[in-house]
Amino acid sequence: MSELPLSATADAALQAAPATKARGYWATVGRRIRRDKVSMACALVLLLIFLSAILAPWLGLEDPYKGSMIRRLRHIGTVGYPLGTDELGRDMLARLIYGGRLSLVIGILPVILAFCIGTSLGLVAGYVGGKLNTAIMRTIDVFYAFPSVLLAIAISGALGAGILNSIVSLTVVFVPQITRVAESVTTGVRNMDFVEAARASGAGPITIMRVHILGNVLGAIFVYATSLISVSMILAAGLSFLGLGTKPPEPEWGLMLNTLRTAIYVNPWVAALPGAMIFAVSICFNLLSDGLRSAMDIRN
Amino acid sequence: MLAYIARRIVYVVPIVISVALVCFLLVHITPGDPLVAVLPADASQELAAQLRSAYGFDRKLPVQFGLWLMRALHGDLGNSIATGRPVLAEVMRAVSNTVTLAIAAAIIGFTMGILLGLIAGYFRETWIDKLATSFAIAGVSVPHYWLGMVLVIIFSVQLNWLPAVGAGPGGSATWAWDWAHLQYLVLPAITTSVIPMGIVTRTVRALTGDILSQDFVEALRAKGLHERGVFRHVIKNAAPTALAVMGLQLGYMLGGSILIETVFSWPGSGFLLNSAIFQRDLPLLQGTILILALFFVFLNLMVDIAQAAIDPRIKRG
Repeated sequence: MSELPLSATADAALQAAPATKARGYWATVGRRIRRDKVSMACALVLLLIFLSAILAPWLGLEDPYKGSMIRRLRHIGTVGYPLGTDELGRDMLARLIYGGRLSLVIGILPVILAFCIGTSLGLVAGYVGGKLNTAIMRTIDVFYAFPSVLLAIAISGALGAGILNSIVSLTVVFVPQITRVAESVTTGVRNMDFVEAARASGAGPITIMRVHILGNVLGAIFVYATSLISVSMILAAGLSFLGLGTKPPEPEWGLMLNTLRTAIYVNPWVAALPGAMIFAVSICFNLLSDGLRSAMDIRN
Repeated sequence: MLAYIARRIVYVVPIVISVALVCFLLVHITPGDPLVAVLPADASQELAAQLRSAYGFDRKLPVQFGLWLMRALHGDLGNSIATGRPVLAEVMRAVSNTVTLAIAAAIIGFTMGILLGLIAGYFRETWIDKLATSFAIAGVSVPHYWLGMVLVIIFSVQLNWLPAVGAGPGGSATWAWDWAHLQYLVLPAITTSVIPMGIVTRTVRALTGDILSQDFVEALRAKGLHERGVFRHVIKNAAPTALAVMGLQLGYMLGGSILIETVFSWPGSGFLLNSAIFQRDLPLLQGTILILALFFVFLNLMVDIAQAAIDPRIKRG
């Protein structure tokens, strides 16, 4: 007789279980990051900067290339030029918004390229192991012997000024870092039971890497890569600032900062504007990357 | 310990050789003739060939590398194309200015970073933590060359308190420890210190938080140890990792000073590198990068050894 209530509660538990559907990993991550106010604010700011850069020609802005000798270095708040004009009389607002196009591309593209190359290298090194791993990882070690700024400037300086060269040099800087992370997470996954099971059921190495390993390591590598975007933005603009990246009269934040340096005694706050844009993008990417990292760390 | 040091030094040898190889190859990935900077535009073919053999550019690449490495080992990095002076002497003079800047920045950045990190780690999830963390994130996200400009705008242009550029009165290139020189150091050093400040803060905060949540801290408190004693344990456990991070940061400051030195016209290695790049002075470019990279390798070695000296677990691993 005493067993009856027990089985009744067990029954109730069984029926209650399917009521809440188990959420997938990425759905949980997505939900957690949407609840993070800081991350959402950063995402919004970045979205705004990206959209205005993409839509720049349709925003009814002044021509970012058209200068005028009579309206050079106007102050912030001048009628018609809300953010003033630069040393050649070009509208700062237009140049800052148009500048986003090049600045964002040369800042983000190296990380995307390095993400693709580094993930492939790290995956192969980590999964195949042995001599191939040693060969890849020891080569990577050589690049670690250079401080990243020095390496970027050395390659850029040797190749000469230019947008393409600056993208190449930054990619070379980030590939080793991403490869190391990719190799270490792959090594952690490759001996797990599900990989063994896949191998036992006849999956080839390519299939195992693509289907079973990549899915499990991509998240971690991706988060690491997003944390590099901030550094990449600063370095890419820095190369242009040194005169190694974009060439005038192209609007680009780093280069604008360089050409406006001569104006700091005349109109200092207009001269500082392009750097504020780099700062804004860089800090938003950093905070977003931090938010993503803690959202993906489900254990906490 | 000695065995560990020997092992680490042996491990460094191939790294040093490959670093030299990368520096050597840098010149050979440059587009155009490396002699273009010295050769007059109307030079005859004979003169070009003569110079090419004088610089050794006519030999096979591996032979060139071997010869270059042998000379480099003897301290001969060639002569600067622009000035004709020995590269090594030029680089060493500039490096000493960069070291001055890096050490000043390290003192500011590391002290601030350790303090902020400890406070943030101790008062986790409070407003103090949030403030310190935001400070740290701002430090790692700020384009430091821009921060340098902003500081110049505030303290030189607007307030007129500190000089904007240079490393001494009258553009002097020799450093001295008096106020006349020190005032030139303030702004560049603060600018250089923000990145290490941010990174050290984040590292120390994470370390402190991790250590404080471990069982042994609970045990220490349970047995009645006062907070100061607990604090000492935290420092002891955080030191090896924090030290490694700081060593690396010091290396980054030495090697990555080019942007800040350009903003402040600081006559250091970065400034030299900048002029080498724009004058296409390839031996100088090569030499500067080689010396800076070797500094970095050496610093890493020192950090590893120091870390092993503090933390006995490392030697076994």
